Amino acid sequence: MKVALFVPCFIDAFFPDVGVATLELLERFGCDVDYPLEQTCCGQPMGNSGCEEDAAATEALFVKNFAGYDYIVAPSGSCVHHVRDHMTAVEPSAESRAVRANTYELVEFLHDVLKVDAFPWTEFPHKVGLHNSCGTLRALRTAKMSEIDEPFFSKPLSLLQKVKGIEFVMPARPDECCGFGGTFCVTEEPVSARMGYDKVRDHKQAGAEYIVSADSSCLMHQKGCSDRLGLDLKFIHIAQILNGARS
Amino acid sequence: MKRVDHVKASRAFIADEKHIQFHDKRLWVLRTLRDQAAHSIPEWEELRSLASGIKEHTLTHLADYLEEFERNATNNGVIVHWAKDAEEHNRIVHEILSSHSAKTLVKSKSMLTEECEMREYLEARGITVVETDLGERIQQLDHQRPAHIVVPAVHKLASDVARVFSKTLGTDPDNSDVHYLAEAQRDATRPLILNAEAGMTGCNFAVAETGGITVCTNEGNADLSANVPPLHIASIGIEKVIPKLEHLGVFIRMLSRSALGSPITQYTSHFRGPRKGAEMHFVLVDNGRSARLAMDDFWYSLKCIRCGACMNTCPVYRRSSGLSYGGVYSGPIGAIINPTFDLKKYSALPFASTMNGSCTNVCPVRINIHEQIYKWRQIVAEKHELPFVKKEAMKVAGKVLSEPKLYRAAIKAADTAVAKLPRAFIYNPFNAWGKQREVPDAPEQTFRDWYLKNRKAK
Repeated sequence: MKVALFVPCFIDAFFPDVGVATLELLERFGCDVDYPLEQTCCGQPMGNSGCEEDAAATEALFVKNFAGYDYIVAPSGSCVHHVRDHMTAVEPSAESRAVRANTYELVEFLHDVLKVDAFPWTEFPHKVGLHNSCGTLRALRTAKMSEIDEPFFSKPLSLLQKVKGIEFVMPARPDECCGFGGTFCVTEEPVSARMGYDKVRDHKQAGAEYIVSADSSCLMHQKGCSDRLGLDLKFIHIAQILNGARS
Repeated sequence: MKRVDHVKASRAFIADEKHIQFHDKRLWVLRTLRDQAAHSIPEWEELRSLASGIKEHTLTHLADYLEEFERNATNNGVIVHWAKDAEEHNRIVHEILSSHSAKTLVKSKSMLTEECEMREYLEARGITVVETDLGERIQQLDHQRPAHIVVPAVHKLASDVARVFSKTLGTDPDNSDVHYLAEAQRDATRPLILNAEAGMTGCNFAVAETGGITVCTNEGNADLSANVPPLHIASIGIEKVIPKLEHLGVFIRMLSRSALGSPITQYTSHFRGPRKGAEMHFVLVDNGRSARLAMDDFWYSLKCIRCGACMNTCPVYRRSSGLSYGGVYSGPIGAIINPTFDLKKYSALPFASTMNGSCTNVCPVRINIHEQIYKWRQIVAEKHELPFVKKEAMKVAGKVLSEPKLYRAAIKAADTAVAKLPRAFIYNPFNAWGKQREVPDAPEQTFRDWYLKNRKAK
């Protein structure tokens, strides 16, 4: 199984440990992982701003970098959502369609493709609040959303439940968006920050030591809010816990 | 038209801790009640599909159903008018009122008459217009638009209402007891209703096969407005028509559950023809709806039954309030309807969203609201209505992110800046991120550098 690792731009720049954990985790399960060296971004910042024209070249580069792999795996729900559902600026071709269809968010790849049933190297003896990004929750559908009355399911939770010693806390509004929203976080700064404050306070009152998520962008925003408020919350990507991080 | 500045308005709203807390919690309660009500009906998701299907069918055969409605209403003794836009609607209403020498019009809530700015039009022509819905009356007395489709004054605390009523109804400004305030309003409005020469209602559903209309309220004020005066005018958006009476059963089950979490509104009133000695007029209004129906991506918004569920669930709306959207419609539905009226003025609204998608999933008629918001962003960019800074930033981002060498130089520069620059320099006034948030720490190396050292080198 030939797997390409996509490490989104802001993870490359600010959270290399998330990329490392993702790579090591995939290697643990015997994937033959390639990291195409000329990769940059999926085009989401431009696409999400309505600027299809400005997104086209970046999306074309993405297709070029990731063509020919069985799977493309990324530790970021919102980027995968963009690739799968919104990568419309690049000229459609057999190649672009294949790349878009083969791109997976890490949790769904572990859960649906590798069907992992144990992480024997893990132990995380902490109280964690799980944050499902809106992209994973309502676009990739990796967990039940509160709006719809459907049987409970949560792919990230079912993976985390295999981690030794982990304890979960439940915030009052588990599905509420944290307010990151891509460029929204700077263009709509007042609402974005307020949503972030409300989100981290909600996790804090629930007793969380850590907030864990499959999206580093939400975590970056929430950590920024929590640190400014002095809440003493810690933030960790799900790949890091599943790869055996103890703290 | 001046561009609506949602950011500025929301900043002001958020600065007032008491108001934002109340507003967010109150609407979240409505969302929670909606969940309970919807989830207690096993076939809820089926109902949503059914409601959506009925609306899409009707909208794709709109002319036929409208003519059927007109025929049947006329046979029932109703006088039916057609208005192509707001101006024509207002003129028709004014002519009806003038022909009856009506000086006072009592009316129940109608987003359509807000859309037409009918109150201002009539008042300029010497007619007193009295809103009879409590929330709408509060907003009228405070010279504000409704801030919400269903609960127009939800952004106000009881103390705000006390202030408004003390100035307009002469109540005690320090008494914000809600019963006292409601009673004062009732005492002031009842005589106006009893003496009005004309009454007006909106319309939730217009049934083609019967020619009747259905109006849903919780205060009974629509019934007073329609039944006390000898003249009843109903303003009806052309998208309100549904084919059959039996379809009401689908929509009535969903409307109030979606809006407030209650099984049904207190009053569900059906009007089919004039009382003996009275007159009934229906004004069917287009005002941009036909044009919207012709828009490939956006005609679905005409399915809207104005329940407000998308507003209640929207985390941005809850933290910025309806008035911050600067238009008749606010929240997610406002972000996709208002731009059809004036793209330039409302060009910021599609960006007042995190694209979280909750709105789409509570919508009882399955409007793909957040996907339409995404599409509107493309239209705003295509029509060159993006703010200059954003437009230029995206141009640069598109260039840098499509060239690996430029990209690598840029992220190294970012890491170096965060690592080396003094705090005061990073948290400068142009750094919107850093106003209320900390910037992430710079790592020792990028992932790519780590990879080159630890994998490629081996």
